[in-house]
Amino acid sequence: MWYFRTPEIVFGEDALSHLDELEGQRAFIVTDPTLASLGFVEVIQKHLRAAGMESAVFAEVEPDPSLQTVRRGAQTMREFGPDWIIGLGGGSSMDAAKAMWFLYENPEADPAGINPFDKLGLRRKARLIAIPTTSGTGAETTWYLVLTDLESRRKLALLNPEIMPDIAIVDPSLVINLPPQITADTGMDALTHAVEAYISTWHNDFSDGLSLKAIQLIFEYLPRAYADGGDAEAREKMHNAATIAGMAFGNSVTGLAHAMGHTMGAVWHIPHGRAVGLALPYVLEFTRAEAGERLAEIVCFLGMEPEPAGRAAYVLAHRIRELMRRIGQPVTLPELGISADDFESALAELTEKTELDASALTNARMATTAEIERLYRYAFAGKEVDF
Amino acid sequence: MAIKFATDEWIKALCAQLNANEAYAQAAKDWEGDFYFIVEPEGSLTETIYLYMDLWHGKCREAFATKNPDERNPAYRMSAPMSTWRKVIEKQLDPIQGMMTRKLKLKGDMMRVMKVPKAAIEIVNSCTKIETEFLE
Repeated sequence: MWYFRTPEIVFGEDALSHLDELEGQRAFIVTDPTLASLGFVEVIQKHLRAAGMESAVFAEVEPDPSLQTVRRGAQTMREFGPDWIIGLGGGSSMDAAKAMWFLYENPEADPAGINPFDKLGLRRKARLIAIPTTSGTGAETTWYLVLTDLESRRKLALLNPEIMPDIAIVDPSLVINLPPQITADTGMDALTHAVEAYISTWHNDFSDGLSLKAIQLIFEYLPRAYADGGDAEAREKMHNAATIAGMAFGNSVTGLAHAMGHTMGAVWHIPHGRAVGLALPYVLEFTRAEAGERLAEIVCFLGMEPEPAGRAAYVLAHRIRELMRRIGQPVTLPELGISADDFESALAELTEKTELDASALTNARMATTAEIERLYRYAFAGKEVDF
Repeated sequence: MAIKFATDEWIKALCAQLNANEAYAQAAKDWEGDFYFIVEPEGSLTETIYLYMDLWHGKCREAFATKNPDERNPAYRMSAPMSTWRKVIEKQLDPIQGMMTRKLKLKGDMMRVMKVPKAAIEIVNSCTKIETEFLE
Protein backbone atom coordinates (compact mmCIF):
# COMPACT_ATOMS: atom_id res chain seq x y z
CA MET A 1 0.00 0.00 0.00
CA TRP A 2 1.20 3.47 -0.87
CA TYR A 3 -0.25 6.83 -1.90
CA PHE A 4 0.03 9.09 -4.91
CA ARG A 5 -0.25 12.72 -3.89
CA THR A 6 -0.16 15.87 -5.93
CA PRO A 7 -1.41 19.46 -5.71
CA GLU A 8 -3.72 20.86 -8.36
CA ILE A 9 -1.27 22.03 -11.00
CA VAL A 10 -1.89 25.11 -13.14
CA PHE A 11 0.72 25.34 -15.88
CA GLY A 12 1.63 27.08 -19.10
CA GLU A 13 1.50 30.61 -20.42
CA ASP A 14 -0.57 32.96 -18.25
CA ALA A 15 -1.01 30.34 -15.52
CA LEU A 16 -0.73 33.14 -12.95
CA SER A 17 -4.15 34.38 -14.06
CA HIS A 18 -5.56 31.47 -12.05
CA LEU A 19 -4.99 33.75 -9.06
CA ASP A 20 -7.70 36.07 -10.44
CA GLU A 21 -10.27 33.35 -9.75
CA LEU A 22 -9.28 32.64 -6.14
CA GLU A 23 -12.02 32.87 -3.57
CA GLY A 24 -10.96 34.40 -0.27
CA GLN A 25 -10.28 37.59 1.62
CA ARG A 26 -6.56 37.80 2.34
CA ALA A 27 -3.41 36.33 0.85
CA PHE A 28 0.02 36.31 2.48
CA ILE A 29 3.03 36.13 0.16
CA VAL A 30 6.25 34.52 1.42
CA THR A 31 9.30 35.28 -0.70
CA ASP A 32 12.91 36.50 -0.70
CA PRO A 33 14.27 40.05 -0.95
CA THR A 34 15.68 39.56 -4.46
CA LEU A 35 12.35 38.50 -5.96
CA ALA A 36 10.65 41.36 -4.17
CA SER A 37 13.13 43.85 -5.64
CA LEU A 38 12.69 42.42 -9.14
CA GLY A 39 8.98 43.17 -9.16
CA PHE A 40 7.68 39.58 -8.97
CA VAL A 41 5.62 40.37 -5.88
CA GLU A 42 3.78 43.25 -7.58
CA VAL A 43 2.78 40.90 -10.40
CA ILE A 44 1.25 38.46 -7.90
CA GLN A 45 -0.46 41.25 -5.98
CA LYS A 46 -2.03 42.59 -9.18
CA HIS A 47 -3.66 39.21 -9.76
CA LEU A 48 -4.80 39.04 -6.14
CA ARG A 49 -6.42 42.47 -6.44
CA ALA A 50 -8.29 41.18 -9.49
CA ALA A 51 -9.66 38.46 -7.22
CA GLY A 52 -10.74 41.13 -4.74
CA MET A 53 -8.21 40.04 -2.16
CA GLU A 54 -6.02 42.01 0.23
CA SER A 55 -2.42 40.90 0.41
CA ALA A 56 0.61 41.23 2.66
CA VAL A 57 4.22 40.28 2.01
CA PHE A 58 7.01 38.69 4.02
CA ALA A 59 10.11 39.10 1.84
CA GLU A 60 12.83 38.08 4.28
CA VAL A 61 13.43 34.44 3.38
CA GLU A 62 17.13 33.66 3.13
CA PRO A 63 18.77 30.75 1.30
CA ASP A 64 18.47 27.69 3.57
CA PRO A 65 15.67 29.31 5.61
CA SER A 66 16.09 29.26 9.35
CA LEU A 67 13.69 28.23 12.05
CA GLN A 68 14.09 31.73 13.45
CA THR A 69 13.03 33.41 10.16
CA VAL A 70 10.08 31.08 9.88
CA ARG A 71 8.91 31.95 13.40
CA ARG A 72 9.17 35.67 12.61
CA GLY A 73 7.21 35.23 9.39
CA ALA A 74 4.53 33.18 11.12
CA GLN A 75 4.04 35.94 13.68
CA THR A 76 3.48 38.47 10.87
CA MET A 77 1.16 35.99 9.20
CA ARG A 78 -0.92 35.62 12.38
CA GLU A 79 -1.31 39.39 12.66
CA PHE A 80 -2.58 39.56 9.05
CA GLY A 81 -4.85 36.50 9.26
CA PRO A 82 -4.76 35.16 5.68
CA ASP A 83 -6.95 32.46 4.18
CA TRP A 84 -4.41 31.86 1.41
CA ILE A 85 -0.63 31.58 1.78
CA ILE A 86 1.57 31.92 -1.30
CA GLY A 87 5.12 30.61 -1.38
CA LEU A 88 6.84 32.48 -4.24
CA GLY A 89 10.41 31.64 -5.20
CA GLY A 90 12.82 28.75 -5.22
CA GLY A 91 12.84 25.89 -2.75
CA SER A 92 13.77 28.15 0.18
CA SER A 93 10.73 30.41 -0.12
CA MET A 94 8.35 27.52 -0.73
CA ASP A 95 9.77 25.58 2.23
CA ALA A 96 9.56 28.66 4.44
CA ALA A 97 5.91 29.15 3.40
CA LYS A 98 5.15 25.54 4.33
CA ALA A 99 6.70 25.95 7.77
CA MET A 100 5.02 29.32 8.43
CA TRP A 101 1.70 27.79 7.41
CA PHE A 102 2.24 25.03 9.97
CA LEU A 103 2.99 27.59 12.70
CA TYR A 104 0.05 29.79 11.67
CA GLU A 105 -2.29 26.83 12.14
CA ASN A 106 -0.47 25.54 15.26
CA PRO A 107 0.96 28.59 17.09
CA GLU A 108 2.26 26.60 20.05
CA ALA A 109 3.87 23.81 18.03
CA ASP A 110 7.54 23.24 17.28
CA PRO A 111 8.23 22.96 13.52
CA ALA A 112 11.10 20.61 14.34
CA GLY A 113 8.43 18.16 15.47
CA ILE A 114 6.85 17.80 12.02
CA ASN A 115 6.94 14.08 11.23
CA PRO A 116 5.19 11.84 8.73
CA PHE A 117 3.07 10.03 11.30
CA ASP A 118 1.13 12.74 13.17
CA LYS A 119 -1.91 14.76 12.03
CA LEU A 120 -0.91 18.41 11.65
CA GLY A 121 -4.43 19.85 11.46
CA LEU A 122 -3.67 22.13 8.51
CA ARG A 123 -6.28 23.87 6.30
CA ARG A 124 -8.46 25.06 9.18
CA LYS A 125 -7.34 28.66 8.61
CA ALA A 126 -5.65 28.77 5.22
CA ARG A 127 -4.55 26.88 2.14
CA LEU A 128 -1.19 26.99 0.40
CA ILE A 129 -0.22 27.96 -3.16
CA ALA A 130 3.34 27.37 -4.36
CA ILE A 131 4.70 29.37 -7.29
CA PRO A 132 8.21 28.32 -8.38
CA THR A 133 10.55 30.89 -9.93
CA THR A 134 13.29 28.37 -10.76
CA SER A 135 12.99 25.12 -12.70
CA GLY A 136 14.46 22.50 -10.44
CA THR A 137 13.46 22.11 -6.82
CA GLY A 138 10.03 20.53 -7.27
CA ALA A 139 9.10 21.85 -3.81
CA GLU A 140 5.79 23.06 -5.26
CA THR A 141 4.64 19.43 -5.42
CA THR A 142 6.25 17.79 -2.40
CA TRP A 143 5.43 17.28 1.25
CA TYR A 144 8.99 17.85 2.40
CA LEU A 145 10.72 20.93 3.74
CA VAL A 146 14.19 21.70 5.03
CA LEU A 147 14.89 24.28 7.74
CA THR A 148 18.11 25.32 9.47
CA ASP A 149 18.22 25.78 13.22
CA LEU A 150 20.75 28.56 13.70
CA GLU A 151 21.04 27.90 17.43
CA SER A 152 21.95 24.22 17.18
CA ARG A 153 23.47 24.58 13.65
CA ARG A 154 21.38 21.65 12.46
CA LYS A 155 19.47 21.11 9.25
CA LEU A 156 15.99 19.74 9.84
CA ALA A 157 14.50 17.64 7.03
CA LEU A 158 10.79 17.49 7.82
CA LEU A 159 7.97 15.66 6.08
CA ASN A 160 4.27 15.17 6.41
CA PRO A 161 1.66 14.57 3.69
CA GLU A 162 -0.54 17.43 4.91
CA ILE A 163 2.17 19.99 4.17
CA MET A 164 1.84 19.53 0.40
CA PRO A 165 0.61 22.72 -1.33
CA ASP A 166 -3.02 22.76 -2.50
CA ILE A 167 -2.16 24.46 -5.79
CA ALA A 168 1.09 24.73 -7.75
CA ILE A 169 1.21 27.49 -10.37
CA VAL A 170 3.89 26.70 -12.94
CA ASP A 171 4.08 29.80 -15.10
CA PRO A 172 7.06 29.97 -17.50
CA SER A 173 7.05 33.79 -17.53
CA LEU A 174 8.65 33.63 -14.08
CA VAL A 175 11.81 31.86 -15.29
CA ILE A 176 12.45 33.58 -18.61
CA ASN A 177 15.31 35.69 -17.20
CA LEU A 178 17.02 33.06 -15.04
CA PRO A 179 20.82 33.37 -15.37
CA PRO A 180 22.56 30.46 -17.18
CA GLN A 181 24.35 29.22 -14.05
CA ILE A 182 21.09 28.93 -12.09
CA THR A 183 19.43 27.35 -15.12
CA ALA A 184 22.16 24.69 -15.18
CA ASP A 185 22.26 24.07 -11.43
CA THR A 186 18.49 23.80 -11.01
CA GLY A 187 18.13 21.77 -14.20
CA MET A 188 20.56 19.18 -12.86
CA ASP A 189 18.56 19.06 -9.64
CA ALA A 190 15.44 18.25 -11.65
CA LEU A 191 17.26 15.58 -13.68
CA THR A 192 18.60 13.96 -10.51
CA HIS A 193 15.11 13.93 -8.99
CA ALA A 194 13.69 12.22 -12.05
CA VAL A 195 16.42 9.59 -12.48
CA GLU A 196 16.67 8.73 -8.78
CA ALA A 197 12.89 8.49 -8.42
CA TYR A 198 12.88 5.94 -11.26
CA ILE A 199 15.45 3.64 -9.65
CA SER A 200 14.82 4.16 -5.93
CA THR A 201 13.55 1.30 -3.82
CA TRP A 202 10.23 3.16 -3.45
CA HIS A 203 9.61 3.61 -7.21
CA ASN A 204 6.11 2.71 -8.28
CA ASP A 205 3.86 2.54 -11.33
CA PHE A 206 2.41 5.97 -10.65
CA SER A 207 5.72 7.81 -10.40
CA ASP A 208 7.55 5.93 -13.17
CA GLY A 209 5.89 7.64 -16.13
CA LEU A 210 6.52 11.04 -14.60
CA SER A 211 10.22 10.24 -14.19
CA LEU A 212 10.64 9.14 -17.78
CA LYS A 213 8.85 12.18 -19.23
CA ALA A 214 10.84 14.57 -17.06
CA ILE A 215 14.14 12.93 -18.08
CA GLN A 216 13.20 13.18 -21.74
CA LEU A 217 12.22 16.86 -21.46
CA ILE A 218 15.38 17.78 -19.54
CA PHE A 219 17.76 16.13 -22.01
CA GLU A 220 16.02 17.92 -24.87
CA TYR A 221 15.42 21.36 -23.42
CA LEU A 222 18.00 22.05 -20.70
CA PRO A 223 20.84 22.74 -23.18
CA ARG A 224 18.56 25.10 -25.10
CA ALA A 225 17.40 26.96 -21.98
CA TYR A 226 21.04 27.29 -20.89
CA ALA A 227 22.30 28.48 -24.28
CA ASP A 228 19.48 30.94 -24.88
CA GLY A 229 17.60 32.08 -21.82
CA GLY A 230 15.04 33.78 -24.05
CA ASP A 231 14.04 30.49 -25.71
CA ALA A 232 10.45 30.55 -24.50
CA GLU A 233 9.67 26.98 -25.55
CA ALA A 234 12.73 25.59 -23.75
CA ARG A 235 11.91 27.61 -20.63
CA GLU A 236 8.35 26.35 -20.54
CA LYS A 237 9.37 22.72 -21.10
CA MET A 238 12.06 22.91 -18.39
CA HIS A 239 9.62 24.53 -15.98
CA ASN A 240 7.14 21.73 -16.61
CA ALA A 241 9.90 19.10 -16.38
CA ALA A 242 10.99 20.30 -12.94
CA THR A 243 7.44 20.06 -11.60
CA ILE A 244 6.90 16.66 -13.21
CA ALA A 245 10.17 15.45 -11.65
CA GLY A 246 8.96 16.86 -8.33
CA MET A 247 5.79 14.80 -8.61
CA ALA A 248 7.93 11.76 -9.42
CA PHE A 249 10.29 11.95 -6.47
CA GLY A 250 7.55 13.27 -4.20
CA ASN A 251 5.72 10.00 -4.66
CA SER A 252 8.82 7.83 -4.85
CA VAL A 253 12.00 9.11 -3.20
CA THR A 254 15.54 10.08 -4.15
CA GLY A 255 18.71 8.06 -3.55
CA LEU A 256 22.43 8.13 -2.91
CA ALA A 257 23.21 11.03 -5.28
CA HIS A 258 20.99 13.19 -3.09
CA ALA A 259 22.64 11.88 0.06
CA MET A 260 26.06 12.80 -1.38
CA GLY A 261 24.73 16.11 -2.70
CA HIS A 262 23.19 17.10 0.64
CA THR A 263 26.50 16.33 2.31
CA MET A 264 28.71 18.16 -0.20
CA GLY A 265 26.37 21.14 0.05
CA ALA A 266 26.65 21.20 3.82
CA VAL A 267 30.44 20.73 3.89
CA TRP A 268 31.51 22.91 0.95
CA HIS A 269 28.49 25.24 0.60
CA ILE A 270 27.96 24.50 -3.08
CA PRO A 271 24.60 24.83 -4.84
CA HIS A 272 22.37 21.84 -4.28
CA GLY A 273 21.70 21.07 -7.96
CA ARG A 274 25.38 21.24 -8.88
CA ALA A 275 26.26 18.84 -6.06
CA VAL A 276 23.59 16.22 -6.71
CA GLY A 277 24.19 16.44 -10.46
CA LEU A 278 27.91 15.80 -10.02
CA ALA A 279 27.21 12.74 -7.89
CA LEU A 280 24.53 11.27 -10.15
CA PRO A 281 26.66 9.54 -12.85
CA TYR A 282 28.93 7.94 -10.23
CA VAL A 283 25.92 6.67 -8.28
CA LEU A 284 24.34 5.21 -11.42
CA GLU A 285 27.54 3.32 -12.21
CA PHE A 286 27.68 2.10 -8.62
CA THR A 287 24.05 0.94 -8.82
CA ARG A 288 24.50 -0.71 -12.22
CA ALA A 289 23.63 -4.25 -11.16
CA GLU A 290 20.62 -3.57 -8.92
CA ALA A 291 19.02 -0.96 -11.20
CA GLY A 292 20.42 -2.21 -14.52
CA GLU A 293 17.11 -3.07 -16.16
CA ARG A 294 15.46 0.15 -15.11
CA LEU A 295 18.43 2.18 -16.34
CA ALA A 296 18.18 0.29 -19.64
CA GLU A 297 14.54 1.41 -19.84
CA ILE A 298 15.64 5.04 -19.43
CA VAL A 299 18.25 4.58 -22.16
CA CYS A 300 15.60 3.18 -24.52
CA PHE A 301 13.12 5.93 -23.63
CA LEU A 302 15.75 8.52 -24.58
CA GLY A 303 15.83 6.95 -28.05
CA MET A 304 19.27 5.43 -27.74
CA GLU A 305 20.17 1.95 -28.89
CA PRO A 306 18.98 -0.71 -26.40
CA GLU A 307 21.76 -1.68 -24.03
CA PRO A 308 22.15 -4.80 -21.93
CA ALA A 309 21.28 -4.08 -18.30
CA GLY A 310 24.92 -4.31 -17.24
CA ARG A 311 26.00 -1.58 -19.67
CA ALA A 312 23.04 0.77 -19.37
CA ALA A 313 24.37 2.56 -16.27
CA TYR A 314 27.60 3.44 -18.05
CA VAL A 315 25.79 4.58 -21.19
CA LEU A 316 23.41 6.79 -19.23
CA ALA A 317 26.19 8.13 -16.99
CA HIS A 318 28.19 9.04 -20.12
CA ARG A 319 25.16 10.78 -21.62
CA ILE A 320 24.60 12.74 -18.39
CA ARG A 321 28.25 13.85 -18.24
CA GLU A 322 27.97 15.00 -21.88
CA LEU A 323 24.91 17.05 -20.94
CA MET A 324 26.74 18.51 -17.92
CA ARG A 325 29.68 19.58 -20.07
CA ARG A 326 27.32 21.28 -22.53
CA ILE A 327 25.84 23.34 -19.71
CA GLY A 328 29.14 24.14 -18.00
CA GLN A 329 28.66 21.89 -14.99
CA PRO A 330 31.58 20.20 -13.19
CA VAL A 331 31.83 16.43 -13.53
CA THR A 332 34.62 15.92 -11.00
CA LEU A 333 35.34 17.37 -7.58
CA PRO A 334 38.45 19.28 -8.73
CA GLU A 335 36.32 20.91 -11.43
CA LEU A 336 34.05 21.98 -8.59
CA GLY A 337 37.05 23.79 -7.10
CA ILE A 338 37.91 21.24 -4.41
CA SER A 339 41.64 20.88 -3.81
CA ALA A 340 43.29 17.60 -2.86
CA ASP A 341 43.95 18.93 0.65
CA ASP A 342 40.38 20.10 1.11
CA PHE A 343 39.15 16.77 -0.17
CA GLU A 344 41.29 14.66 2.13
CA SER A 345 40.48 16.72 5.19
CA ALA A 346 36.74 16.50 4.51
CA LEU A 347 36.53 12.85 3.41
CA ALA A 348 35.73 11.31 6.79
CA GLU A 349 32.97 13.84 7.45
CA LEU A 350 31.57 13.43 3.93
CA THR A 351 31.45 9.67 4.33
CA GLU A 352 29.80 9.68 7.74
CA LYS A 353 27.17 12.28 6.89
CA THR A 354 26.32 10.60 3.59
CA GLU A 355 25.85 7.25 5.26
CA LEU A 356 23.43 8.72 7.79
CA ASP A 357 21.42 10.72 5.23
CA ALA A 358 17.95 9.18 4.77
CA SER A 359 18.23 9.36 0.97
CA ALA A 360 21.09 6.85 1.06
CA LEU A 361 18.69 4.23 2.41
CA THR A 362 16.44 4.16 -0.63
CA ASN A 363 19.18 3.67 -3.19
CA ALA A 364 18.71 0.39 -5.04
CA ARG A 365 22.20 -0.62 -3.89
CA MET A 366 22.86 0.17 -0.24
CA ALA A 367 26.40 1.52 0.13
CA THR A 368 28.70 0.55 2.97
CA THR A 369 30.94 3.06 4.69
CA ALA A 370 33.93 1.93 2.63
CA GLU A 371 31.95 2.10 -0.63
CA ILE A 372 30.80 5.66 0.08
CA GLU A 373 34.38 6.69 0.71
CA ARG A 374 35.46 5.07 -2.57
CA LEU A 375 32.64 6.81 -4.45
CA TYR A 376 33.98 10.16 -3.27
CA ARG A 377 37.49 9.15 -4.29
CA TYR A 378 36.24 8.20 -7.76
CA ALA A 379 34.34 11.50 -8.01
CA PHE A 380 37.56 13.29 -7.14
CA ALA A 381 39.57 11.33 -9.72
CA GLY A 382 36.80 11.51 -12.36
CA LYS A 383 36.99 7.75 -12.69
CA GLU A 384 34.26 5.42 -13.93
CA VAL A 385 33.00 3.35 -10.98
CA ASP A 386 34.11 -0.27 -11.26
CA PHE A 387 33.33 -1.72 -7.84
CA MET B 1 17.67 -24.79 11.74
CA ALA B 2 14.78 -22.35 11.45
CA ILE B 3 13.65 -20.45 14.54
CA LYS B 4 9.97 -19.77 15.10
CA PHE B 5 9.06 -16.09 14.84
CA ALA B 6 7.63 -14.31 17.88
CA THR B 7 9.41 -16.54 20.37
CA ASP B 8 11.98 -15.85 23.05
CA GLU B 9 14.57 -17.75 21.02
CA TRP B 10 13.90 -15.61 17.95
CA ILE B 11 14.20 -12.21 19.65
CA LYS B 12 17.39 -13.32 21.40
CA ALA B 13 18.75 -14.42 18.00
CA LEU B 14 17.94 -10.95 16.65
CA CYS B 15 19.71 -9.38 19.62
CA ALA B 16 22.81 -11.44 18.82
CA GLN B 17 22.62 -10.51 15.13
CA LEU B 18 22.39 -6.82 15.98
CA ASN B 19 25.41 -7.07 18.25
CA ALA B 20 27.36 -8.49 15.32
CA ASN B 21 26.12 -5.83 12.85
CA GLU B 22 28.76 -3.11 12.45
CA ALA B 23 26.54 -0.98 10.23
CA TYR B 24 23.83 -0.99 12.91
CA ALA B 25 26.37 -0.14 15.59
CA GLN B 26 27.50 2.87 13.57
CA ALA B 27 23.98 4.02 12.64
CA ALA B 28 22.65 3.81 16.20
CA LYS B 29 25.78 4.86 18.08
CA ASP B 30 24.12 8.00 19.49
CA TRP B 31 20.69 6.48 20.04
CA GLU B 32 19.06 4.73 22.94
CA GLY B 33 15.58 3.40 23.63
CA ASP B 34 13.71 0.23 24.45
CA PHE B 35 10.93 -1.32 22.40
CA TYR B 36 8.04 -3.68 22.49
CA PHE B 37 7.64 -5.18 19.03
CA ILE B 38 4.06 -6.34 19.42
CA VAL B 39 2.81 -9.27 17.36
CA GLU B 40 -0.97 -9.11 17.20
CA PRO B 41 -3.04 -12.31 17.06
CA GLU B 42 -3.72 -13.64 13.58
CA GLY B 43 -4.23 -17.11 12.11
CA SER B 44 -2.95 -19.75 14.49
CA LEU B 45 -1.46 -17.09 16.80
CA THR B 46 -4.23 -16.53 19.33
CA GLU B 47 -2.45 -14.36 21.92
CA THR B 48 -0.53 -11.11 21.62
CA ILE B 49 3.24 -11.57 21.93
CA TYR B 50 5.48 -8.76 23.18
CA LEU B 51 9.07 -8.91 21.94
CA TYR B 52 11.16 -6.68 24.18
CA MET B 53 14.49 -5.17 23.10
CA ASP B 54 16.69 -2.70 24.93
CA LEU B 55 18.77 -0.84 22.35
CA TRP B 56 21.67 1.16 23.72
CA HIS B 57 24.17 3.09 21.58
CA GLY B 58 24.46 0.59 18.79
CA LYS B 59 24.10 -2.54 20.90
CA CYS B 60 21.25 -4.72 22.11
CA ARG B 61 21.53 -5.03 25.91
CA GLU B 62 18.55 -7.28 26.58
CA ALA B 63 15.85 -9.14 24.67
CA PHE B 64 13.03 -11.49 25.62
CA ALA B 65 9.49 -12.46 24.63
CA THR B 66 6.54 -12.15 26.98
CA LYS B 67 2.76 -12.34 26.97
CA ASN B 68 2.55 -9.85 29.83
CA PRO B 69 2.41 -6.26 28.50
CA ASP B 70 3.20 -4.88 31.96
CA GLU B 71 6.49 -6.71 32.33
CA ARG B 72 8.28 -3.59 31.08
CA ASN B 73 7.22 -0.06 30.17
CA PRO B 74 9.30 0.64 27.07
CA ALA B 75 9.69 4.02 25.38
CA TYR B 76 8.40 2.65 22.09
CA ARG B 77 5.68 0.20 21.09
CA MET B 78 5.46 -0.93 17.48
CA SER B 79 2.58 -3.24 16.68
CA ALA B 80 1.31 -5.18 13.67
CA PRO B 81 -0.24 -8.56 12.92
CA MET B 82 1.98 -11.55 12.16
CA SER B 83 1.52 -11.25 8.37
CA THR B 84 2.75 -7.63 8.37
CA TRP B 85 5.84 -8.48 10.43
CA ARG B 86 6.53 -11.27 7.97
CA LYS B 87 6.43 -8.80 5.04
CA VAL B 88 8.90 -6.53 6.85
CA ILE B 89 11.29 -9.35 7.70
CA GLU B 90 11.13 -10.73 4.16
CA LYS B 91 11.77 -7.19 2.80
CA GLN B 92 8.44 -6.98 1.01
CA LEU B 93 7.49 -3.96 3.13
CA ASP B 94 9.91 -1.11 3.80
CA PRO B 95 9.67 -0.37 7.54
CA ILE B 96 9.55 3.40 7.03
CA GLN B 97 6.76 3.08 4.44
CA GLY B 98 5.06 0.63 6.79
CA MET B 99 5.04 3.24 9.55
CA MET B 100 3.91 6.00 7.19
CA THR B 101 0.93 3.95 6.01
CA ARG B 102 0.23 2.85 9.61
CA LYS B 103 0.61 -0.81 8.72
CA LEU B 104 3.20 -0.69 11.50
CA LYS B 105 1.76 1.35 14.32
CA LEU B 106 4.41 3.13 16.37
CA LYS B 107 3.84 4.81 19.71
CA GLY B 108 6.64 6.86 21.26
CA ASP B 109 8.77 9.88 20.44
CA MET B 110 8.53 9.98 16.62
CA MET B 111 11.14 12.72 16.29
CA ARG B 112 13.81 10.57 17.90
CA VAL B 113 12.97 7.57 15.73
CA MET B 114 13.10 9.66 12.55
CA LYS B 115 16.66 10.68 13.35
CA VAL B 116 17.95 7.15 12.83
CA PRO B 117 16.22 5.66 9.77
CA LYS B 118 19.34 3.70 8.90
CA ALA B 119 19.17 1.90 12.22
CA ALA B 120 15.64 0.75 11.36
CA ILE B 121 16.84 -0.61 8.02
CA GLU B 122 19.76 -2.38 9.69
CA ILE B 123 17.44 -4.02 12.22
CA VAL B 124 15.50 -5.43 9.28
CA ASN B 125 18.75 -6.52 7.64
CA SER B 126 19.65 -8.38 10.82
CA CYS B 127 16.19 -10.01 10.87
CA THR B 128 16.77 -11.38 7.37
CA LYS B 129 19.88 -13.20 8.60
CA ILE B 130 17.81 -15.31 10.98
CA GLU B 131 16.36 -18.41 9.37
CA THR B 132 12.78 -17.81 10.43
CA GLU B 133 9.73 -20.04 10.51
CA PHE B 134 6.38 -18.23 10.55
CA LEU B 135 3.15 -19.56 12.01
CA GLU B 136 0.42 -19.78 9.36
